[in-house]
Amino acid sequence: MNLITNLGLLLNATLIATPPLLFAALGSCFSERSGVVNIGIEGMMTVGAFTGTVVAYFTGSWWIGFLCGGLAGAILATVHAIVCIQFHADQTIAGTAMNFLGTGLALFLCKSIFENSSDTPALPSTSTMPKLFAGILKVGTFSGNVFGGYIMSYLVFVLAIACWFIFYKTRFGTHLRACGEHPEACESLGIDVYKVRYICVILSGFLAGLGGSFVTLATVNQFRPNVIVGQGFIAIAAVIFGKFSPGGATGACLLFGLCTGIKTLAGMTNAVSPNLISMIPYIVTILALVLVVGHAAAPAANGKPFVRSR
Amino acid sequence: MKKKFNILELDVFYTILAIVIGFIIGAIFLVIAGISPAVAYGKLFSSVFSKPKYLIWTLIYASPVIFTGLSVAFSFRTGVFNIGAEGQYIVGSLTACVLGIMLQLPPVVHAIVCILGAALAGALWSFIVGLMKVKRGIHEVLSFIMFNWIAFYLSNYVVNIPIIHKEGGGEATKDVAATARILFPQSIIKLTDCSAANAGFFLAVIAAILIWIIIEKTTLGFKLKAVGFNRSAAEYAGINADASILTALSISGALAGIGGAVQILGMGGRLSQLAAQEGFGFEGITVALIGSSSPIGCIFSGLFYGAMKYGGSKLTMVKAPSEVINIIMGCVIIFIAISHVFKTLFKRFSRKEGK
Repeated sequence: MNLITNLGLLLNATLIATPPLLFAALGSCFSERSGVVNIGIEGMMTVGAFTGTVVAYFTGSWWIGFLCGGLAGAILATVHAIVCIQFHADQTIAGTAMNFLGTGLALFLCKSIFENSSDTPALPSTSTMPKLFAGILKVGTFSGNVFGGYIMSYLVFVLAIACWFIFYKTRFGTHLRACGEHPEACESLGIDVYKVRYICVILSGFLAGLGGSFVTLATVNQFRPNVIVGQGFIAIAAVIFGKFSPGGATGACLLFGLCTGIKTLAGMTNAVSPNLISMIPYIVTILALVLVVGHAAAPAANGKPFVRSR
Repeated sequence: MKKKFNILELDVFYTILAIVIGFIIGAIFLVIAGISPAVAYGKLFSSVFSKPKYLIWTLIYASPVIFTGLSVAFSFRTGVFNIGAEGQYIVGSLTACVLGIMLQLPPVVHAIVCILGAALAGALWSFIVGLMKVKRGIHEVLSFIMFNWIAFYLSNYVVNIPIIHKEGGGEATKDVAATARILFPQSIIKLTDCSAANAGFFLAVIAAILIWIIIEKTTLGFKLKAVGFNRSAAEYAGINADASILTALSISGALAGIGGAVQILGMGGRLSQLAAQEGFGFEGITVALIGSSSPIGCIFSGLFYGAMKYGGSKLTMVKAPSEVINIIMGCVIIFIAISHVFKTLFKRFSRKEGK
């Protein structure tokens, strides 16, 4: 094993670990910046992961599954949006409920459809997410490792750039950021705060659902309990780490992804306890926070229910 | 003017309403899945109420979640959000387990040492997060999530250390010394026919009462609540806000840590390698919410949760997915969160009736 091969393997592992977090984190940026805390990302990823697998299993098409995974996340997010925006519920509480509902629904439906089994059958390779340049680049070579990852591993970065563009270069982006800072002012200027927040929360669920179905359609090829294991919470952490901006969140997700990559590589040698290696991403985050990043100011109106004046 | 007793003013009324609606929605899902709700719910209730032994199991299941519920409720009341009860629970159970295996002490003393150790570990785990919050302004939700995972892997690491690990047997530690267990005497265990009957529930009730006294009757509680309610105003009144936040988080962490100890010294007896976070911390959030963040309320909501967990685990016997419990719980939380909507609605309705 030489340096180049190892670097290739590391990048490959990073490209597998980052996308689910990044999809969810970008979604979370929309929700948080518009002023709605969405702590239910984990539940939305889980329904996305389940729906994506089931749809791909029955239709044989990964991308229909992928989109339906996103839609499932969006449906759960709609409930969150109605409860938080229309009924002014405490957003943290509602998000906790979404996590219970999301994981509960996914496993409940899984057992109902697949005869009391909490795992779906494994997806045949024809209905999983294809890899870029499959058949052109050699598997195991440096270029194969770096450029031969799953399609969405690359497209997610295009999405990140698109999100940055929406946030800072469009009217809607200005509106959504303003809604998270001072909704009353927005309303006085004729911006429909409810509408902006609805769009953002539902979008956050959609992206979380995509992130979830990436896990099952690309990495794992199957839905089973604990397939998401806390990735939704890591995505939320990445957003806070990245100071609630799409660019910052992308950086934070890449850091997590890279640490997970290191963990995967180090795990191959078995020299150090895998449990200690698994702590790396979290300890690195803590150190980065304490030494470098410091205070992350949340949007001023984040988490505060906004009551429309009539 | 004499105030008329009105059921529509009571929080409990809306909590019960939310529970009823939760069960109705759960029933709808059961019907969709082709399972009779009557059969499933019948099994749920009979698994809890049909024998005294089952009721004791409910108490056993309830004990740790009452502790994590108290932990979260205490944090809610003092204006921080302890999403890290999971991690504090884990370090608590780990500490209790290690002390229970390594030390040799007389009965009762040993158990007390283990519980205090667990409380200290949980408090420390939470204190570090608090320190990062007050010194560096780091969002506590973020660091709590990180600390949950560090605790998780730390626990799995320690479980596999040779002196702690059970030789040859499975993915678990050795058994905790009998002196450290909080099991009831053999005579009571025989009488109740419940192998894990333990003092955990009584400890939980004592803790709930203590926390109620701290919050409602002491200057400390007043200070902590004041900082949580309005930090600037409290500081203006001469309260040290940073110290208050650290105290509140430490107490909250200690409670979750004791929850872990109670589970190990009571029911478990040893610590297993974890495949995923067990969720006691997140269940604590639910318990705190259903109990309206009141320590005494947490006893009842913890019992409710314990019953649902224990009863839910028996649902597979009638081929119903036990996850229906999560769906019901999720709905209950939602309807508690929007109970103010019902309140306005009912009041408007009853006013019309009165005319």
